[in-house]
Amino acid sequence: MSLESDVRVRRGGFELTAQLSVAGGETVAVLGPNGAGKTTLLRALAGLVPVEGRVMLDGEVLDDSASHKHVPTERRRVGLVFQDHVLFPHMTVLENVAFGLRAQRIHDPRTAARSWLESAGLGEKASAMPRELSGGQAQRVALLRTLATEPRLLLLDEPLSALDVSVRAEVRRDLAKQLAGFAGVRVLVTHDPVEAMALADRLVVIEAGKVVQTGRPADVTARPRSRFVADLAGVNLLRGQAHGDHIRLAGGTEIAAAEAGQGDVFAVIHPRAVALYLSKPAGTPRNVWQGNADGVDVQGDRVRVRVSGSVPIVAEVTPSAVRELGLEAGAQVWVSVKATEVSVYPA
Amino acid sequence: MSRARVPLTLGVLAGAGLLLFLLPLLGLVVRAPWGQLGAALVAPATSTALTLSLVCSLLATAASLVMGIPLALVLSRTTGVTRRLLRALTTLPMVLPPVVGGVALLLAFGRRGLVGEALNQAFGLQIPFTTAAAVMAETFVAMPFLVITVEGGLRSLDPRFEEAARALGGTSWMVFLRVTVPLLRPAIFSGAVLCWARALGEFGATIAFAGNFPGRTQTVPLAVYLALETSGPEGAIVLSLILLVVSVAILVGLRDRWLGTP
Repeated sequence: MSLESDVRVRRGGFELTAQLSVAGGETVAVLGPNGAGKTTLLRALAGLVPVEGRVMLDGEVLDDSASHKHVPTERRRVGLVFQDHVLFPHMTVLENVAFGLRAQRIHDPRTAARSWLESAGLGEKASAMPRELSGGQAQRVALLRTLATEPRLLLLDEPLSALDVSVRAEVRRDLAKQLAGFAGVRVLVTHDPVEAMALADRLVVIEAGKVVQTGRPADVTARPRSRFVADLAGVNLLRGQAHGDHIRLAGGTEIAAAEAGQGDVFAVIHPRAVALYLSKPAGTPRNVWQGNADGVDVQGDRVRVRVSGSVPIVAEVTPSAVRELGLEAGAQVWVSVKATEVSVYPA
Repeated sequence: MSRARVPLTLGVLAGAGLLLFLLPLLGLVVRAPWGQLGAALVAPATSTALTLSLVCSLLATAASLVMGIPLALVLSRTTGVTRRLLRALTTLPMVLPPVVGGVALLLAFGRRGLVGEALNQAFGLQIPFTTAAAVMAETFVAMPFLVITVEGGLRSLDPRFEEAARALGGTSWMVFLRVTVPLLRPAIFSGAVLCWARALGEFGATIAFAGNFPGRTQTVPLAVYLALETSGPEGAIVLSLILLVVSVAILVGLRDRWLGTP
């Protein structure tokens, strides 16, 4: 079981091009900011929007614009789970789960649906109407309704983002458990990095209709290739031309970096490696510049300070450091970063 | 919640509008020969017209449901020029004077009509001036109300319900019958009520296409008109009141059955 797709979707002024290959049993998370084209990609795979290119599932052609082949959604055996459950409001929970089984002309769909519900611990909700369920229960029923049809490809469109934070963790655990027992191909769309890290084997980052990065979650966050991923990972991302021991940034500023190499590069600086001083520091650090503390953001026992200047950067310091420095929005500070703390990789 | 006040001028205009509705109704009730009502109701002529009216209007509503819901579905799935064309065609009977509609029906289905002549020659079928013609005339005039209402319902329906049903493997029939139609129930109900009310009150197209034959094509509105012309307002008032009471009663009865308690 595997998915091979190379599609282009045009909608109005928006264009999405994406190549996506997923193996059976693998969970790929499609990550990206709002409007990047994540949901469009999912809808393309489901056959709900016309595509140029090819979609192949398990060796079967689902879409091929070259030979004008298109398998309609209802015959693809793909499962689609929406952000907000989309349970049929006029049917009981049992009838909702039985719908797909009925469509497959399974003998006695209601009994089969009931055993699916019972296996997930939702048996007592069988005769409830969707509006009587909590958000978490409704989403679990929606997932079950899809899994009951035994799809070859499971498409999850932000399955947790409509839920309250309090139940999200619980439903995520349930989802992880259900996914583990599912043999088909799994594609999860999300803009929540926690969701992606918890559920995915591989990340595909989409921005403005294009795949900008793909890889294992740890690799992607270690070497961000876009602002979006850098923000997810909580690190500073710079881009410039490397010249041996320094990088010339777009604005002309130079940053010293150990073993920067040559050519177009990305540089990552972890906020913890950024030190702040009230007066110009003397001594070893080779990158020192002056800036203004623009924003101070307390996150638990760490404080993130946004500093504007020739190189806008985020520093992470302790609350006591904030007090000692008398940091407040607008305060002038000196920024210092050791050359060895700048990690560089080719763009 | 505190809302913006209605300006005085608008309030006065609204009142004038309400009076225009209320006064004729009041006139009907005040001038009604209440003592004769019971007798009039069981009088053969009245009950014949009333039965015919109910049968024809309900058949017209049924025909409108059978053809109108699919038409609304087609209309909601088309775009651009096709949609504008179909929409114009569907709404035409709403803006056309009903008498003109009746004449047009005659030209199409009459003995020498576009289709009527062929039907007559092939099957010996004659539609005009039959009960079937009355039903057709009412359907012609009333179906647009159903189509427009159901189409509105379809357009405001969250498309993801149908998408979810398709992804679960539902064929187009299954999606239509088990998801689309049940979700459209309120729109279908209000469309059917509008359609039925329009069919019940139909006069112009019916008299032109079906004529005024008691027991066959003479529905209550036609009988009211005839009574007004021949025997003065008394007979007309009785029939009008009956039509009013029957429509209100059916409306209330159906609403509870169809929409249930929310």
